[in-house]
Amino acid sequence: MQKITLESLVEKAVSLLENGTVTSVLGWKKGEFDYDITPAVFESADELKKDFVWNDFCGANFSKYLVSKTCKSEGKILVFLKPCDTYSFNQLLTEHRFDREKVYAVGIPCEGMADINKVKEVVGDGISKIESNGDDLVVTTIYEDAPVKVTCKDVLAERCVNCKSKRHVAYDELLGEEGEVIASERFDEVERLEKMTPEERFAFWQNELSKCIRCNACRDVCPACTCEKCVFDNPNSGVENKAASNSFEEKMFHIIRAFHVAGRCTDCGECSRVCPQNIPLHLLNRKFIKDINEFYGEYQAGAEVGLRAPLVDYTLEDLEPGEVFDRRDNNA
Amino acid sequence: MRKCLVEDINSVLAQINKAAKVYLPVDGTDGKARFEEWAEGKEWSNALNTERSAKDFFFPQTENLMEFKTEGKNIEIIDIRSDKDDFVIFGVRGCDVRSFDILDRVFLVEPIDSFYKARREHGIIISVACGRPSETCFCGAFGIDASNPAGDVTVWRTKEAVYWQSNTDKGEELLKKVEGLTDCDEAAVEEEKAKIKKIMDKLPLANLSTEDFGAGKTMELFDSDKWKDLSESCLGCGTCTFVCPTCQCYDIKEFNAGKGVVRFRCWDSCMYSDFTQMSAGQPRLSQLERFRQRFMHKLVYYPERNDGIYGCVGCGRCLAKCPISMNIVKVMKSLGGKDNE
Amino acid sequence: MQIKEYKPLIVAFCCNWCSYAGADLAGNNRLNYPAEVKIIRVPCSCRVNPMFILRAFQRGADGVIICGCHPGDCHYTSGNYYTRRRMALLFSMLDFLGIERERTRVEWVSAAEGAKFATTMNDFVEKVASLGENKRLEDLRCKR
Repeated sequence: MQKITLESLVEKAVSLLENGTVTSVLGWKKGEFDYDITPAVFESADELKKDFVWNDFCGANFSKYLVSKTCKSEGKILVFLKPCDTYSFNQLLTEHRFDREKVYAVGIPCEGMADINKVKEVVGDGISKIESNGDDLVVTTIYEDAPVKVTCKDVLAERCVNCKSKRHVAYDELLGEEGEVIASERFDEVERLEKMTPEERFAFWQNELSKCIRCNACRDVCPACTCEKCVFDNPNSGVENKAASNSFEEKMFHIIRAFHVAGRCTDCGECSRVCPQNIPLHLLNRKFIKDINEFYGEYQAGAEVGLRAPLVDYTLEDLEPGEVFDRRDNNA
Repeated sequence: MRKCLVEDINSVLAQINKAAKVYLPVDGTDGKARFEEWAEGKEWSNALNTERSAKDFFFPQTENLMEFKTEGKNIEIIDIRSDKDDFVIFGVRGCDVRSFDILDRVFLVEPIDSFYKARREHGIIISVACGRPSETCFCGAFGIDASNPAGDVTVWRTKEAVYWQSNTDKGEELLKKVEGLTDCDEAAVEEEKAKIKKIMDKLPLANLSTEDFGAGKTMELFDSDKWKDLSESCLGCGTCTFVCPTCQCYDIKEFNAGKGVVRFRCWDSCMYSDFTQMSAGQPRLSQLERFRQRFMHKLVYYPERNDGIYGCVGCGRCLAKCPISMNIVKVMKSLGGKDNE
Repeated sequence: MQIKEYKPLIVAFCCNWCSYAGADLAGNNRLNYPAEVKIIRVPCSCRVNPMFILRAFQRGADGVIICGCHPGDCHYTSGNYYTRRRMALLFSMLDFLGIERERTRVEWVSAAEGAKFATTMNDFVEKVASLGENKRLEDLRCKR
């Protein structure tokens, strides 16, 4: 259940549109069901009142849209940012990827977003309605006469279970209350994998990555992946491929994708959210984050504008690549 | 009409497997169903449908076409096509069965695609009726009867029994080889069909109309100003095209393996910026054009060239999978005018 | 029939200013190192993109070693410091995916260290040979 109401967001958006602060609003648009929400640009109060939506399924991170939306527009755009989105926002600003002057950012608190797959694991298919009621979601299906109650906490998306921060690190205006950075247990799963034998880890990733259909959704949604032309789309790069022909190409794509955003990934979790094959892609990114924290000191991408990313930085005393494993073996 | 008990399904599949290799939907470690080769201990998934469509069996994501070997100034061309064995795809839903017809109309017209044809001839399809369709299902809009799907054999699963009905000679041949199926009347199946029809009518997308689409609608729909809003937040990923059972575009590429060259084809997506790239560049420069192409192809161009048959089967995978939840239903409702309000 | 002895294929990326000259010195001094080591000269160890390493494995390498100037001695002042961070993270990631950690290595070899170059290569080839063929990062199309 979100603490901030739909009405207050619409009211804010309408007033900013009407007083001329912004000319358009980037927000969530109602879908066919109560969970299939599409990011959309609203340009009038009528549109906002009719189609704007804010509920437990508004997971999409809007930060990356600012790259294209501020590129050619004249006026200012209003964007609603959840705490995790603000980290991506800062990271993009650090890399000069959008025009801050053309954005009016409103921070909104988030109680964690629900994962429709988890809801379906509980109630099954055939969902006709999902309503929010206190700490519960009330789900009506075409198969059961009575609606089923599901506790929001039980169906939170993975990234929200391991939420790293409820604090906004960037905004022009904040609605609702500010939260705090949370000591999350997000690295537990990475640690579990590290403790496996190499053979087990290999089998684990072979199984996961073999599901990949190379739709590139993980890359295209990623707020850190903003190259004009990706190396995997460039026929002159020598590694361009539209589909992985074998397990090597599956691994190469995912290693390079994760490596390219290492030190810039804010751990927003969009990659895993959008993966149509449910591959836990965030684990690759978190592995890099965990290593960076251990080797070069705690670093949170996007915590501030202008931070120097660990991979474009160095100290004279850095760890030698050969020492990485000695260190881990000694700790284990 | 034949039947077996639900608990005997594995022994029946084992017998079919002796006649031809069986593939069936099996739950993976993530709890989602995918087609896997049958083996002792593999359980038929209860899931409504597989994560990937069944088109992979006939039109795999990547496929080698030929090889070249070079030695000095000589180049040798190697035909790598080989004889195929029969195989059975068990548990295909009505929507995916229809998708094979749609692919046939692309690959089996002149010039016939021999790779596709060989697979198609050796594949035996056992379809299954949908006892519990999802809210994302809309096969009814395209005239598909989920209670009585096509295929060489059709199967109905009830609580106690599994009913088998052969629709083709190929199917009948196969069922004849299976012991342990007993003859029965059609009462139970008729009852199941009626039950499914009732559910289909209750689905939220049951009344989706195709009235405003089809042959001859190009000029009317192409320049609609609604495409801008619809494609506004499209990421340009290929999720919809790659989970789609009817998307059939591919690219042919070469891989230089050092000692030789492999020519292969792989699925391509009209959502990609390098789709149908030519020396002059790419014909569709904006995501709006690419987005429009996909839906116009399914709803207008395809029916125009194929006796009014739509290029969508309503399986609902793109509804469930699109990262931004933009899909063909939203497009149809937005462009479809009053019929879809 | 005689069974062909397994010999690993090693790709060594060597920086132009130190390690490549080190390899040269090893040769001038008639120091032995295995012929299976194929050297690719790069302007600086930091020119080595992770993609190069993966592609070397794809094309049939069983081990990849990167050699550069000692930290502090980079011809471009700081290139090898970046290499150090990148490769530490990349190797850790390869290990995370279950790929044998002994197949990759970074070694600092100066232009004066011909002997070090030879012993490093001898040692690395021996280690990789004991692991056998690279199976986990292979591309079957390149094996024919």
